[in-house]
Amino acid sequence: MALIYLDNAATSWPKAPGVSEAVAHFLDHVGANPGRSGHRLSIEAGRIVHAAREAAAELFGAPDPVRVLFTSNATEALNLALHGLLRPGDHVVASALEHNAVMRPLRALERDGVRVTTVACNRAGTLDPGMLAEAVRPETALIVLTHASNVTGALMPIVDAVQVARQRGVPLLVDAAQSAGAVPLDVERDGIDLLAFTGHKALYGPPGTGGLVLRSSFDSHRLRPLKQGGTGSRSQSEEQPDFLPDAFECGTLNAAGLAGLGAAVRWVLAQGAAQLGARSRARAGRLIEGLRGIPGVTLHGWAEGTPRTSVVSFTVAGCEPSEIGERLDAEHGILCRVGLHCAPAAHRAIGTFPTGTVRFSPGAFTTEGEIDRALAAVASLAGEARR
Amino acid sequence: MSGVKEQTRRTDAPRTVILFHTSSHAFRAEKLLKEADIACSLVPVPRHLSSDCGVCLRLPARDAGRARAILDARGVEIAGIHELG
Repeated sequence: MALIYLDNAATSWPKAPGVSEAVAHFLDHVGANPGRSGHRLSIEAGRIVHAAREAAAELFGAPDPVRVLFTSNATEALNLALHGLLRPGDHVVASALEHNAVMRPLRALERDGVRVTTVACNRAGTLDPGMLAEAVRPETALIVLTHASNVTGALMPIVDAVQVARQRGVPLLVDAAQSAGAVPLDVERDGIDLLAFTGHKALYGPPGTGGLVLRSSFDSHRLRPLKQGGTGSRSQSEEQPDFLPDAFECGTLNAAGLAGLGAAVRWVLAQGAAQLGARSRARAGRLIEGLRGIPGVTLHGWAEGTPRTSVVSFTVAGCEPSEIGERLDAEHGILCRVGLHCAPAAHRAIGTFPTGTVRFSPGAFTTEGEIDRALAAVASLAGEARR
Repeated sequence: MSGVKEQTRRTDAPRTVILFHTSSHAFRAEKLLKEADIACSLVPVPRHLSSDCGVCLRLPARDAGRARAILDARGVEIAGIHELG
């Protein structure tokens, strides 16, 4: 039974062409620690990491590559931004659709005296920009907004959020974990002050890679590092350097992963994020059309015409998401995610808490034939549940 | 292996090294200067110079002015420029 992988929103698979070769090349032929020693392999490792940084800077519109700070994933990038910017007494505005990568740091900061307002969203899973503007107070230090819900796939009104942030003089942090690589993003053009991305989803790169991109107008000295340690620079000093990217990148980097990330981002640049996103959204469209025609299937957080990623969330009457997930895997070789998807508030908003949903997330490599097989499998399970 | 080729040939022509705060800038500088056909190479920082990072860019002294202009124009911060004896 050929497997059908519909879990690209958790992590994409397969990866972009050239990624595994780049990782293997690094491990087999380079291997050394970038930016530490002066020998040829260390220099080559540094070149490879820098090439990944330049590629990411090009993809996200950062004019200076050092404004791309590499982290192990979007979660670390979001933690760096949230813990790095927010102080006791500060107020922060987030949407009710945030992933736990945002909500858990915010709840931890709340215990330290940061005040948090979450802006409700409607059942279609979208956010009203007016409500976002109303939530901003004089002491608001940050607006944090997911670009695309990992539960519903709905894209949030980033353009409106940027306007609110600019009018109120508040920096905007965008969680692009679900959208980076599937939707064109440019921190300078779009006015995004801080952008968190991960390498292993729509960039089709390895896990353990990601970063925080700083817009050129954002003063990096406002950001406190999450950690301190060796950088290979200013080694005579016991103080953490204050220049980019070393201020925020210490300890040995995941250079093998970043070699793969570089290959992935160069592939995304060559293909075009808009084109890749359109391809996976076309598969999602076919999925939505098919699911709407299956009796007993309910789509969640979906509304006609809403801009979205390729994520599709649904439930089947008379059958728990967990059972659907298990049977899709065991009986049909279809791999997806079921349950709450690390975003409890989003499920409350769309009315699927606590059982959650079945989430299908096609990727750029998903075929129409695979979508049709998945639809047939859901139809068969839904038919059995009705009997 | 591409890019590992080192320029080890010694010449009598005077050379300059450019120091950087972070190796990221050293790698960016190397790429920009090579695009401008300046024969440069990343080398360990000479012992008598202190630097924030372990590698520096060595190039013919006659190209130093042009190199500085390119790096200034592209916002690559230079920590120091030294003529080698």
